[in-house]
Amino acid sequence: MNTHILVELIYLLSAILFVVGLKKLQSPATARGGNGLAALAMLLAIVATIVDTEILSWTGILIGMAIGGGLGGIAARTVQMTSMPQLVGILNGSGGGASAVVAVAEFMGNPAVGVGTTGVTILLGTLIGGVTLTGSFIAFAKLQELMTGNPITFPGQNALNALLFVGVIVLGWFVLTGGGGQDPLVWFYVFCGVAALLGVLLVIPIGGADMPVVISLLNSYSGLAASATGFVIGNMVLIISGALVGASGLILTQLMCKGMNRSLANVAFGGFGGSAGVDKAQIGKRPVRSADAEMVAAELGYVNSVVIVPGYGLAVAQAQHELRKVGDLLQERGVDVKYAIHPVAGRMPGHMNVLLAEADVSYDKLFDLDEINDDFGTTDAVLVVGANDVVNPAARDPGSVITGMPILDVDKARRVIVMKRSLSPGFAGIDNELFYMDNTLMFFGDAKASMADLVRGVRELG
Amino acid sequence: MGELMIGLYVFVLATLAGREVITKVPPTLHTPLMSGANAISGIAIVGAIVVASSAEGTARTVLGVLAIAMATFNVIGGFLVTDRMLSMFRKR
Repeated sequence: MNTHILVELIYLLSAILFVVGLKKLQSPATARGGNGLAALAMLLAIVATIVDTEILSWTGILIGMAIGGGLGGIAARTVQMTSMPQLVGILNGSGGGASAVVAVAEFMGNPAVGVGTTGVTILLGTLIGGVTLTGSFIAFAKLQELMTGNPITFPGQNALNALLFVGVIVLGWFVLTGGGGQDPLVWFYVFCGVAALLGVLLVIPIGGADMPVVISLLNSYSGLAASATGFVIGNMVLIISGALVGASGLILTQLMCKGMNRSLANVAFGGFGGSAGVDKAQIGKRPVRSADAEMVAAELGYVNSVVIVPGYGLAVAQAQHELRKVGDLLQERGVDVKYAIHPVAGRMPGHMNVLLAEADVSYDKLFDLDEINDDFGTTDAVLVVGANDVVNPAARDPGSVITGMPILDVDKARRVIVMKRSLSPGFAGIDNELFYMDNTLMFFGDAKASMADLVRGVRELG
Repeated sequence: MGELMIGLYVFVLATLAGREVITKVPPTLHTPLMSGANAISGIAIVGAIVVASSAEGTARTVLGVLAIAMATFNVIGGFLVTDRMLSMFRKR
């Protein structure tokens, strides 16, 4: 058989396996095998490329693979689950960056490409890949707290971004037509610079708590960059897998926006988190009922059903293992224990689920908002740990900054216990009515120490 | 039908297929979905190999090696960390 046809068939098989692998992610039971299939698909695509390409020098290829593979292996093995958003951020950035660099190399191999499909897709690949690269590194720096997590804004920011977008189009035209009698390569270098700058400028005005949206969006971009590169080198498997990733990132972006009841435009240009019109001095000044670990243990240990609502504060305090022990002990006492996870409970989609899975919570105990919200009315007790805005009943009333945001209806349970450091407001900057309700008990303290106390409390119930 | 149009058909249909498949992934697996999909976007390694294998000029070769390093980091890191996370999802 003709080698080229064989190569194309292997590419086709690879594309099929990518889709089947992603499909297997529809259930935790088959997901690991699905990831393996996707990895096999990647290996097949690489082998097909090596067979199909006349390789003049192996040295560079092997050096590149050794460096990238070594660093990737180390990062994957050593990363803490709490730092997963940072790792995914860098992975997005390097994927998008690789696509951009391939597009750049294609242009440098043929600077007189001219106006046409190849020229336009080279520029698209460079632009999207470049934005993904620098944008992801800013997102990483924010999450890793190498720079402020607060939105960085300045007057005329949106105007500057709009200007740069127009500039990119004009520059692109100059690159392809050799406008102004200038060497296309010079225009191209400026084009690359502006793409990199855009990535930085688009991410700096977005706050740390909005990072789930940004990471999802950059994930989508890294796919689109791969697709654009696929058009440049005429390779269908790049176009297909890029499209799959693009779709995945876009779906997750929409879900995250929905979880915060905000449009993508609002996240991108919003500067959310300022609480105009809220009297800050009044926050946390009203009386609450508070309880110690023994009382909380009694509230949880003698009932039929408990729902645990973990928030990001839990992960920050690294208290998920202690929390799981509380859940296990309650279960041993015959209490029906479930975990309710809000879509934006972590720093990226599904982050809290991974943190709980790491703490050995069985995945069939994890329920998302839609699955569990109708159950709160018949739940005996809810334990909220380190969550705030996502359980604020104000979201159901008109006139609040969080009005319309989907929340977990924990206030409908017979008893609510809120484990929190203080009455300070969450990201939205507003007071939480839940804390002052008759059926609420505040359990103040550091999450890790409090959960350890609660473990002892439940053990001593006898 | 030109190469561009075929590519566009493939791109649009793959996006729709991706949408169908990925909408059904449960929220509990969204982080592994993202890191796994992310590893797939490292498919740019195919383009990087094509670039790096050509001995046309040093600048191009250097870019090729850089692209391979970045894409391999993406691929290896992405698949391994996804596997590590998924190994934690257990039913007891």
